Amino acid sequence: MSGIGAGLLLQLGLGALAVLTALTAAPSLRSRAVGTLCTLIAVTGFLTGLGAMLGATGGLRIFIVLPIDPLLLAPDRLGGLFMLIVSGVGVLVSLYSMSSTRGPDASRTAWVAMPMFLVGMQLVPAATDSVSFLLALEIMTLGSTVLLLADHAGRATVASAGIWYSAMSQLSFFFILAGFAVLAAASGGTSFTNLQAIEPVPANVAFVLLLLGFGGKAELVPLHVWVPRVLPEAPSHVSAAMSGAMVKIGVYGGLLVSVRLLPDGPAWWGIAIMVVGGASALYGILQASVSSDLKVLLAYSTTENMGLVFLALGASMLLRGYDAQAAADAALVAALLLAVSHAAFKSTLFLGAGAIIHATGERNLDRLGGLGARMPVTAAAFGIASLGAAAIPITSGFVAEWMLLQSLIHGGRLDGAVVSVAASVAMPLAVAVIALTAGLALLTFVKAYGIAFLARPRSAEAAEAHEVPPLMRLSLVLGALFVLALGLLPGPIAALVAHSVSANPSAAVQSVGLGGVSLPGIGAVLDPIMLVVLSVPVAIPVIVSIIVSARRYPHRTVALPWGGGGSRARPRMQYTATSYAEPLVRVFDDVLKPSRDVQVTHVAESRYLVERVRVEQRVSDVFETRLYRPVLTLFQRYGIVVRHIANGSIHRYLSYSFVALLIVLIVVSL
Amino acid sequence: MNAIIIAFVQVVLFIFLAPVLIGVIRQVRATIEGRAGAGIWQPWRDVRKLLAKNPVRATDSSWMLRAGPVALVVSSLLLCVLLPLVGTIPFALVPSDLFVIVSVMLIGVVALALVGLDGGTAFGGMGSSRHMTVAALVEPTLLLSIYAFSIPAGTSTLSVIVETRLLSPEVIISPVSVLALVALSIAIMAETARLPIDNPGTHLEVTMLHEAMILEASGRDLAWLEVGSWLKLAALLGLVSNLAVPWGVLTDFSALGLLIGVVSITVKVLVLGVVLSVGEIFLAKVRLFQVPELLAGSFALAFLAVTASYLVA
Repeated sequence: MSGIGAGLLLQLGLGALAVLTALTAAPSLRSRAVGTLCTLIAVTGFLTGLGAMLGATGGLRIFIVLPIDPLLLAPDRLGGLFMLIVSGVGVLVSLYSMSSTRGPDASRTAWVAMPMFLVGMQLVPAATDSVSFLLALEIMTLGSTVLLLADHAGRATVASAGIWYSAMSQLSFFFILAGFAVLAAASGGTSFTNLQAIEPVPANVAFVLLLLGFGGKAELVPLHVWVPRVLPEAPSHVSAAMSGAMVKIGVYGGLLVSVRLLPDGPAWWGIAIMVVGGASALYGILQASVSSDLKVLLAYSTTENMGLVFLALGASMLLRGYDAQAAADAALVAALLLAVSHAAFKSTLFLGAGAIIHATGERNLDRLGGLGARMPVTAAAFGIASLGAAAIPITSGFVAEWMLLQSLIHGGRLDGAVVSVAASVAMPLAVAVIALTAGLALLTFVKAYGIAFLARPRSAEAAEAHEVPPLMRLSLVLGALFVLALGLLPGPIAALVAHSVSANPSAAVQSVGLGGVSLPGIGAVLDPIMLVVLSVPVAIPVIVSIIVSARRYPHRTVALPWGGGGSRARPRMQYTATSYAEPLVRVFDDVLKPSRDVQVTHVAESRYLVERVRVEQRVSDVFETRLYRPVLTLFQRYGIVVRHIANGSIHRYLSYSFVALLIVLIVVSL
Repeated sequence: MNAIIIAFVQVVLFIFLAPVLIGVIRQVRATIEGRAGAGIWQPWRDVRKLLAKNPVRATDSSWMLRAGPVALVVSSLLLCVLLPLVGTIPFALVPSDLFVIVSVMLIGVVALALVGLDGGTAFGGMGSSRHMTVAALVEPTLLLSIYAFSIPAGTSTLSVIVETRLLSPEVIISPVSVLALVALSIAIMAETARLPIDNPGTHLEVTMLHEAMILEASGRDLAWLEVGSWLKLAALLGLVSNLAVPWGVLTDFSALGLLIGVVSITVKVLVLGVVLSVGEIFLAKVRLFQVPELLAGSFALAFLAVTASYLVA
């Protein structure tokens, strides 16, 4: 048996062991024991994925009695990369969950679901046929649903989130199943090698179905409605795993379809993916920027990031169609780097949000503040991950976005000639969408970090916060280090990643200098370490001069130096997350459709004096209210009508089955 | 090696030039308005005064109040290192890629916004919120105008763009390039908090963005924040002037060329400063919620520039 096969078998074995341990271990030991096993599962997956990504072959064949191709788990380079991403997040999450889980989150059911979730997620990219792919996908969905529902008794919102999640994930599953079924029917096999090369009509149908299915998994608009409900309600380590790892399965599916199964599609496929991706990116970040709930903010920002990944993927498909090979490859590598960096920074951000909830019990930014001094490690990790999310140098997000922009601005022309009218409109629009997304992401994460960690606490809970236990800190620090490492060494990583999607990777990206990245086909170079080296000599004189003058002119600390010109500036008077986003809500009034409620209570003696002002602002998801609500209402009406037919009378049911039997007999006899 | 010398010269030159530029802008404005003015050396005297004061800090303020000014100054100084101001000889591994330059500038934007929030007062938060909103909305214009500049040169590396314009000056007066330059100038006005987006001269709640953020800073914290903002303005004016009038910039290294480069960029930046100052006399600050309309206009110009250079050229 090959190393890859052994690794896959070990994951399955450890998964079974973890489930057994969760069932039998004493409650006091459960989190430690199963958490350790989960870490081992993730580490095994990490090593297996690394091996597969570096080109090791081999796999695990599972024989079944059904008359279809045998189930074969054998990750290729691309599968290996995604196994690596998913299990890397798994390591962070497992370490974190050992000390973060409390109460219902640490129940036996939750701990049984955790290894299932991890193993399912790690096996999806290993599948080489549609049956084992769907099987692993369902194990993953089942595990995550149970984990989400851990605290269903405590909070009513969890139950409603569970229903949304089940419905939407099964809808995605249905689309994926239907897409694979169309492909299988047209090609006569379930293995991915058989599913390729089919006629245009079934290919188009399968493409649309699979895009809908994987788009739903990747939280793309308009199938994202579960995200702002589910990710905030799940325990934070589960949200981190869902957002950091599980949505990458949707990205993997998108790549599987566009790179492996249906590589030579018509131009409108690329444009369709770009439109969906661009709309998701803009809508996601717009909702995130006006959200005051930290986890809702992060959830919507996941939609944004996945939108950017699909935008890059679509651009690469479009450019490949016009033979702009260098730009197409760069865009595809950019998509992968975006996915990798998102896994690093978003899981760290969700774990950081979990740490804040652990310390204060609050996830409403309007009630946080001043946590930087109280939770320095969390603040540092969250800050670095925020910089990654805002695509600021020297983090991972910056390099990925830079590469995408470079591929787009060079994609419109090939050897000085315009490749097509479609491309010369699509590329500027894509750049504009990315730019606006990047700008709003900057605002969003300045808001998230600045309101939560800086200034003065806005509530008693925030004022009494303490740093989280060591294991949670460890996984936060690891996540932040990943964000920095990916940003400082983009060259080797991009070169490695390029192997999984490009036939000629060294023509697409190369590693230069001190970990820098170069795009030879485009002629663009970026070396983040050199950027740091350049900034050191200009920073040193500034810092030295500050240290010297700090000796001579020490600072004075007062309760409130200027108080904005007043003398009674209380913490309540600070800007909150809601007020921070207020200008933006006004600017994007037409898209967001906020509902605002202002109640003014006057002093009894005079109408000119105000005693209290209460402002309430809600921003609802337009897709939910305009698209889903009408459909749901229709279903509900149908349910009410149908209730009269099935009213509980046994006689009525007997007569129904009699009539049904008659109909069957008549049909058979015809 | 030549790149290091040019970068060093640019940094030293702009450290001296930036306060003078601000002084010139203020003095020209004062003279036209019929006031005596404080002279062009006043910003220097202000900085010296602020550096010799004991800063006052709030008990709840964090390390951000200390680190933010440093981050802003370093990001502005990195702009002076990377931009082709005196000469167009780039570093091999960090060419003056416009996307990188914009990102380096955004470090300063973020630092300033976080300093504004750190004070823990309503004013700081207000300034920070407005500042970030403008920064977010200006981003599409900025990147699209870069895109438009990159098309004739075939790269987004700024030194190559400037050299291309030097070699074939007809590019400069092509309609596409003029549109892109206007769009870029509006974006830079917004980024550096000048009229008509922000009024740098007032301390009035309804008009201020930049001033609101630095209201709680004092002593050397304030000094470095101011120096960082001035450096950014000077460097970006240098960029615009080299795009519009690339002559005088050093392309092959020589001592005489370096001298010509230093003199020409000084003259160009100061002249542009005078133009800016005179232009600002005739402008009133637009309402905050009309700023997006202005930026949408500049975005339309930039978009037109990009598509036109594809479809017309």
